[in-house]
Amino acid sequence: MDGIPTPLRCFSEQHSAEMFVDDGVETVTSREQKNVERIIEETIDVYKQMHSLPQPTLLREQHYQYLKKGLRHLSDAYECLDASRPWLCFWILHGLEILEEPIPPAVASDVCQFLGRCQSPTGGFAGGPGQHAHLAPTYAAVNALCIIGTEEAYGVIDREKLLDFLWSLKQPDGSFTMHIGGEVDVRSAYCAVSVASLTNIITPKLFEDTTNWILSCQNWEGGLSGVPGLEAHGGYTFCGTAALVILGNEHMLDLKALLRWVVSRQMRFEGGFQGRCNKLVDGCYSFWQAGLLPLLHRALFKDGELELSRQRWMFDQQALQEYILLCCQNPTGGLLDKPGKSRDFYHTCYCLSGLSIAQHFGNMEHHQEIILGKEENRLAPIHPVYNICPEKVAQALQHFLRLPVPTDLRQPGVSGDTKSSEPDSAYAEPQS
Amino acid sequence: RAEEEAVFSRRNAAVCFCFRDRKEWADLEPVPQDDGPNPVVKIAYSEKFSDVYDYFRALLKKDERSERAFALTAEAIELNAANYTVWHYRRVLLQALSKDLREEMRYITNIIEEQPKNYQVWHHRRMVVEWLGDPSEELEFIAQILSQDAKNYHAWQHRQWVIQEYKLWDKELAFVESLLEDDVRNNSAWNQRHFVISHTTGFSEPAVVERETQYCLNQIRKAPHNESVWNYLKGMLQDRGLSSQPGLLEKVLELKETHCSPYLLAFLFDCYEDALENGVPKDSLDQGCQETLEKALEICKLLAQEKDTIRKEYWQFLGRSLQDRYGGEVSPGDATPTAPASEPQQIS
Repeated sequence: MDGIPTPLRCFSEQHSAEMFVDDGVETVTSREQKNVERIIEETIDVYKQMHSLPQPTLLREQHYQYLKKGLRHLSDAYECLDASRPWLCFWILHGLEILEEPIPPAVASDVCQFLGRCQSPTGGFAGGPGQHAHLAPTYAAVNALCIIGTEEAYGVIDREKLLDFLWSLKQPDGSFTMHIGGEVDVRSAYCAVSVASLTNIITPKLFEDTTNWILSCQNWEGGLSGVPGLEAHGGYTFCGTAALVILGNEHMLDLKALLRWVVSRQMRFEGGFQGRCNKLVDGCYSFWQAGLLPLLHRALFKDGELELSRQRWMFDQQALQEYILLCCQNPTGGLLDKPGKSRDFYHTCYCLSGLSIAQHFGNMEHHQEIILGKEENRLAPIHPVYNICPEKVAQALQHFLRLPVPTDLRQPGVSGDTKSSEPDSAYAEPQS
Repeated sequence: RAEEEAVFSRRNAAVCFCFRDRKEWADLEPVPQDDGPNPVVKIAYSEKFSDVYDYFRALLKKDERSERAFALTAEAIELNAANYTVWHYRRVLLQALSKDLREEMRYITNIIEEQPKNYQVWHHRRMVVEWLGDPSEELEFIAQILSQDAKNYHAWQHRQWVIQEYKLWDKELAFVESLLEDDVRNNSAWNQRHFVISHTTGFSEPAVVERETQYCLNQIRKAPHNESVWNYLKGMLQDRGLSSQPGLLEKVLELKETHCSPYLLAFLFDCYEDALENGVPKDSLDQGCQETLEKALEICKLLAQEKDTIRKEYWQFLGRSLQDRYGGEVSPGDATPTAPASEPQQIS
């Protein structure tokens, strides 16, 4: 498709009319928002001056080098993520898979072995070798292993122990703590449901009442909160919705209210998404928020909705691509929250994931690509529920569905109570 | 002498006074991290970090319950406050050594002040408050954190837990109002408002709804382009139906002339949609129904094409949906897109 490049939305004359209107009433919120808009405007102006033809380019090679290096070595700035190393594996491997960069078999095997060392003898994965198991690194580890997708990778997961681990976190009200003696919020439901479904360990009682608990997180705003009562938030909304999709109960949400809430989270000036109403744009919400639209599209379709578009998601795909490509790329590799922020692997993962969603529309019959910039900007499509490539999801399911579901006679609330009764003994270091 | 001291402290700053050099720790063999022969995502830990965590691992392995272990957890936490394994161990020690929980409150207060966006610190505070059975410092402490960041999600979560657990509803609406005076766009405060009211008076009482509606309209007049207040108004009324509030539609139509915003228009659309949904005439040929439908579709078009173009796809979908449900015939203009393109369409 050669010819005149598509005009960028952020270059149009009407774009500045989208800036925040503070009605002469200045507050912290309006000051912060106007500040960000000013920085975005500057960023766009700089881009305009540097490039005569507006052809935003994904800095593939730079991102690839950044990810490739990080998979082996990280500076001491990453000490703060020493309890999240499976996350680092997932963020980086997912970045590489979206960029369609191959993972050398030796590296893949090393990741498998490392994640094996992160696995707890009592089930689940920890943030690092010798640490306690936690649902977040468990989610990340299982996803990373599914991205690798080899027999070795699948074989790392101790399914029986994983089921034990999930049970140990289950609360009587259907929720899950993130780790023994840890906090409860809707992330845990998503992490638990995601790993259990991929590895085929779901037993009839495991997620009893979990659906109702997640539903109680949908609030007056239409989105979901971390726990019932709190503000609707993109990350938590994604977790709750995706978990319900896996459980087949997404129709029990007020889908219309949720749809209204999430589409309202796209920023009219910046083009990216905010996490909560009246807060700032952040590149990572390109996935957590925009990722809801494929989920809702499918949910509404299943609900009998006849007027869904067959070409587009219900958000401005071009505007999001513009935000990510013009405002969220570090020229030396890696992606970020917004201009002025530092790059990191979390933002690299989620900006790329969001960019993929913005590029690819698809349902059962229809597939439509909208690639802003050169064709080389095209990323691999991702599965909006698990956030790994659809082929990897299918492959993992195929592998684990052949294995028997572990036998399960358990009831919830046996251990792992969030209240005072934490287990007395500190967890002894496993010998691996 | 002064020169010597300066040199001494300069040198000390560069060399870490590691646990492995301390004689009180000589009996304990540090345990290096077992990353395996070909590590991935290998962090270049500082000397201090490795030292502290090598000793932490040693203590964990022994399950040592001692003062020195307790002291070391503080060091480990300072280096990485997100290490939930360390926090768990610290809690075990707090109980095993019968540590002074008031002192622990002081400790966690300081840590949260330094790192207010960390999950573990807030969870730890909750545990200590539970053990003490004493929430008396909480509301003030959280208010202090919120004064630095009025939207800190963890702070609000802790606040809601304290209020619900210990039934401290009394002054919360006043607190919310003061935050809204500081920043009427603080969505967390609007959420707290909804939280307090739904758990106290509830939203069924007409007097409450009237008061809240008035409050919202006042805030709208002051700052019309504040999405939070419009969302709150809708959120409060949607279960009952927006069209059930007498006089509200008229007030909004008045505001449309002088205080218009995309949020007002969306609210208007919602009023019309609710009227269609719950209006008495169900017959799609009914004149009133047709008029309402037309008004609603007009707003969809205005939003999609001019006032809220970033949400064009959404408003067009709503228009088509509404047309389907309440329209007699298909109207031209917003037709469903037909067959999709088979080639990737580049916008370049």
